[in-house]
Amino acid sequence: MIAESLVLAAILFVVGTFGVLVRRNAIIIFLCIELQLNAVNLTLVALSRLHGIDAQIFVFFVMTVAAAEAAVGLAIIISIFRHYETVDVNNFNLLKW
Amino acid sequence: MADILFYVFASIAVGGALGVVMAKSPVGSLLFMVVTLAAVAAEFILLEAHFLGAVQIIVYAGAIMVLFLFVIMLLNLGHDYARDIKGGLFSVLSFAVVGAMAGLLVRGQGAPAGSGGLSGPGAAAIDAANAEFGVVGAIAEPLFTTYVVPFEITGILLLVAIVGALVLAKRHV
Repeated sequence: MIAESLVLAAILFVVGTFGVLVRRNAIIIFLCIELQLNAVNLTLVALSRLHGIDAQIFVFFVMTVAAAEAAVGLAIIISIFRHYETVDVNNFNLLKW
Repeated sequence: MADILFYVFASIAVGGALGVVMAKSPVGSLLFMVVTLAAVAAEFILLEAHFLGAVQIIVYAGAIMVLFLFVIMLLNLGHDYARDIKGGLFSVLSFAVVGAMAGLLVRGQGAPAGSGGLSGPGAAAIDAANAEFGVVGAIAEPLFTTYVVPFEITGILLLVAIVGALVLAKRHV
């Protein structure tokens, strides 16, 4: 079941990456990043069956950082929405070359 | 039995993930994400990580997704069904790159020989810790001894994140 979990995590990560690449709604891009983090968590939990419980501790930290990241990221999205009246990333090109 | 359950929840997780990417409305995307998170929590439990499965449901599906839902409702995006998946060449190119990444990942991730099922070298230690301390204690024991400094730093990180989110989202600081 460990190898299958790793494959499942790879598929989830790739679907998340695809979402980040093709969607234009900033909130959905953010959601796909959470999906990628979750795929990495699944990898760590699967590998904890091989390398011990330290991997599960790491998953705990990843979840905490993801919660903090979600709070700050959503605050940034709200602040962007106040400024541009949209969350479509095509309109945010100030830092684009 | 566990193998069948594994494949059932794996297909639910992948289907939910595709739903997240493909759904038209942000709220639909979010609900698909909750399905995926619940399925991944079930996989955690099948991999004998019971505490993380519970935390996944409580923190991710319960708290973070509700935060996303708040923001979608607050920004009034729920009925903005404009087609926002990029079409054309870029989409095909993304599929190709992403597919190549998937192939490489799956090829590179072959588990070591003799690790079929749930029996890995670390599994015995985890099962012993589960038997001695209980499911929560097995994680709490290293968390509050070996990893106590990162744990405290995480607390500071959360405080900074709260203050940062408040400052960013407030109209006039």
